[in-house]
Amino acid sequence: MKVLTPARVGAVLLTLLALLAGSALLGLVVGPSALSPEAVVAALFEDRAGTAGDIVWRVRLPRIALAALVGASLASSGVIFQALLRNPLADPFVLGVSGGAALGGIVVLSLGGALGLGYAAVPPAAFAGCLLTTAVLYAVAGVRGHVSSTNLLLTGVVFNAFASAAIVFLASLAGLTDGARIFLWLIGNLSVSRIDVAIWVALFLALGLGASICLARSLNLLALGDEAAGQLGVPVEWHRRVLLLATSLMVGAAVSVAGLVGFVGLIIPHLLRLVLGPDHRLLVPAAALGGAAFLVVCDTVARSVLGGRELPVGAITAIVGGPLFLFLLRRHQQRVFAP
Amino acid sequence: MSRGLTVDRLRVVLGGHPVLRDVSFEVRPGEVVGLLGRNGAGKTTLLRVVTRAITPDGGEVRVGEMPVARLARRELARAVAIVPQETTVPFPFRAGELVLMGRAPHQPLFGFETRSDVERARAAMNRMGIGDLADRSVFELSGGERQLAVFARALVQEPEIMLLDEPTAFLDLRHRIDVLRAVREFAAAGGAALVVSHDLSLAARICDRLVLLGDGEVIAQGPAAEVLSEEVLARAFAVRADILRAPDGAPVVVPRLS
Repeated sequence: MKVLTPARVGAVLLTLLALLAGSALLGLVVGPSALSPEAVVAALFEDRAGTAGDIVWRVRLPRIALAALVGASLASSGVIFQALLRNPLADPFVLGVSGGAALGGIVVLSLGGALGLGYAAVPPAAFAGCLLTTAVLYAVAGVRGHVSSTNLLLTGVVFNAFASAAIVFLASLAGLTDGARIFLWLIGNLSVSRIDVAIWVALFLALGLGASICLARSLNLLALGDEAAGQLGVPVEWHRRVLLLATSLMVGAAVSVAGLVGFVGLIIPHLLRLVLGPDHRLLVPAAALGGAAFLVVCDTVARSVLGGRELPVGAITAIVGGPLFLFLLRRHQQRVFAP
Repeated sequence: MSRGLTVDRLRVVLGGHPVLRDVSFEVRPGEVVGLLGRNGAGKTTLLRVVTRAITPDGGEVRVGEMPVARLARRELARAVAIVPQETTVPFPFRAGELVLMGRAPHQPLFGFETRSDVERARAAMNRMGIGDLADRSVFELSGGERQLAVFARALVQEPEIMLLDEPTAFLDLRHRIDVLRAVREFAAAGGAALVVSHDLSLAARICDRLVLLGDGEVIAQGPAAEVLSEEVLARAFAVRADILRAPDGAPVVVPRLS
């Protein structure tokens, strides 16, 4: 009988860590000013002062760090939503939770000045937006812990539309005339991100991910349904609350840095589940590392594929994720109707 | 050794309708009790009260002397295991992983299965004749095989009381006997088992006593030979039935069409 062992968890996580390091190196090398791998390594470990040092330490490394934090947050949140809602199509973006976070963030960006709130208030506001959206989601789509796919997806679609409209409305109201910036916020990108919130994001991610890993065994049981989990000794209500709090922290952090980057929470968990199986003790940390590596690569593509001009990273993830979502939807329906 | 299960003047109202009105019975250690009654008689509701999925509106369920409402979730899970009618698993867990989940109430919040956990799971799966399916995805199992895996999960939970809700509904005759024999063995080892069934003859054969529910009340309880009478069946199921006798004396219920 195959069982999950600490050795297997260690081996998988080390492999993914190496993958993340590789993608980070790629992100350091690729860019408008070509740097050779040797120059990057030299700038990293020997000479921080020169032009190469500047590019590596001031431009590319912060950007890579943010991409990694955002990817890790979104992918692990995706895993948790999928288990809690017992639905492989759940993803913070699809569910509208990211939209709620973005709305929270834009409230502070557009009205915060009047209230004396600075940019640092954006992550907590996005977190609050997430929590509220999650509550709405459960209230509208959920009936006694059971949430049908159709209800869930419809609620998500409607909420996303609502959030986008509200964001544009608020931004116009506040005279945030920088339309391009709002557009980037809505599609998700890292080019205008501010590194000074990175510490917040890292903190939110650490808290959320830590709590989720501690409750990973409960996630396995919760995936069987509330009643089955309770019957196997899981205090369902409070574990679910902690896990939803954790996802809200992570999604809030990710969105406040990068806006609405979609589908990372769908693509990465799905791929990893195919390879590693569904045990959340492995899947949750693996998704964090895999999501980080994935978004670093996507962002590298986004800022280099058009030469000098940048694409928003959200466009890349949506181009990959949209078709995958449709494919999963079809497969999932087959499974639901013909188990 | 089990402390046994006591259902004491249980009353449940769901959506304004009384589902259980005043239900009392016991399942003593070493005993297999069959819970019978027509669809909607409140059998599944009763099991869900025992596992605390439903809070009763009156009365209580006790494990030994201890009301289940006062047990912590994990304690309850170590005392009571349930094999539900149906188990849906949204992700491709392996059968072995599903069975090992039964060890959850004995394990810490985070950690890995110990060697003894794995041994127990393997033994339970072999016991149910699905030892060779351990590494198969549950998506690839038939409904019956999945039910056997869930039964093995209940075994490794090592409960004092086992609740079975139509445990044999999807099973062929061979596996049906495997499950029922395992239930008898569980009781012989001192456990208490409560089995919901629609197969009256099979229930009569494996249960020490039967409890017949109708309209939220206990219509009759006692040994099968006493409970399964034409008159009682007419009241409980609104059918006329012949009660035959198997060579060993066990009652066999054959419903009439008119």
